Amino acid sequence: MSLSHKKLSGLAIAMLAMSLSMPAAQADDDDNEGRGSRHGKYGGEDRGRQVQPAQVNAKWQKECSSCHIAYAPGLLPAESWRKVMGGLNKHFGTDASLTAQENQEITDFLVNNASNRWTAPTAPLQISETAWFKRKHDSHEVPAAVWKNPLVKSPANCQACHTQAERGDFSERNIKMPR
Amino acid sequence: MLQKLHTSGLALMIVAGFAAQPALAEAPNQILDSIQTAAKNTPGFKGFSAARGESFFKAKQANGLSCASCHTDNPAAPGKHEKTGKAIEPLAPSANAQRFADPAKVEKWFKRNCNDVLARVCTPQEQGDVLSYLLTIKN
Repeated sequence: MSLSHKKLSGLAIAMLAMSLSMPAAQADDDDNEGRGSRHGKYGGEDRGRQVQPAQVNAKWQKECSSCHIAYAPGLLPAESWRKVMGGLNKHFGTDASLTAQENQEITDFLVNNASNRWTAPTAPLQISETAWFKRKHDSHEVPAAVWKNPLVKSPANCQACHTQAERGDFSERNIKMPR
Repeated sequence: MLQKLHTSGLALMIVAGFAAQPALAEAPNQILDSIQTAAKNTPGFKGFSAARGESFFKAKQANGLSCASCHTDNPAAPGKHEKTGKAIEPLAPSANAQRFADPAKVEKWFKRNCNDVLARVCTPQEQGDVLSYLLTIKN
């Protein structure tokens, strides 16, 4: 009796550990492209199934949108956000430092809502460095002239074409490339 | 006695409630006063100068940047982030009541922007000169 109880609780712990360590990418069910490769789609560098939760953190919204749009947490994996938030005093050449309290709250929001389909052991600092971004913005998708348009300025300027980027909506129907 | 305690407790709660309202935040002059308190500790401090603040605001530093790079030469007008192009609300309190109303926000942005433009923090003298200049601007 006590042995089987022990065995059962051991099994429960093992299952719990498995569920904790299981990559969330296994929850992916909205496409089959890339299945069978070791890391999944885009070599495992895929944005989250939902890039921005319906309920967002108010501090994230306010602080991150001071200088650029508040980039949706699901565009990068948790480790990327930890790195970004750990280096805000030199944030792409700019001092974007926060108080320790603000930093913690925003980091928690980003990490908790980071990409759930990222399986690669990579953690880029720039969204435009990711495999999914490069594929989705290659010369077939975005003609070179669009990037040269001063209204676009930089790949960091999502809302130049993704009109609803600030709401975390990057759907095809809301893309409008400037002329 | 109990009644009294109750009433004063309520009064305290009301006061605390008001203090937490950003709408009743400090006026720019109060922020200037606290910068002055810090500046007074500097030897030879002779007060703030709006003219000196204006020169400082518009002066290009070693990296080619100035405060005006983003806030423009007219702080009552909207600006534009030098790198990202994002719109920046006017900086002069006469044009934007939210400016210099929250001491923590003022501290945060002086630290960030001075580090970006001058690669160092700004002295209380410089901060006070700039705020004095901004307060002379009429919308």
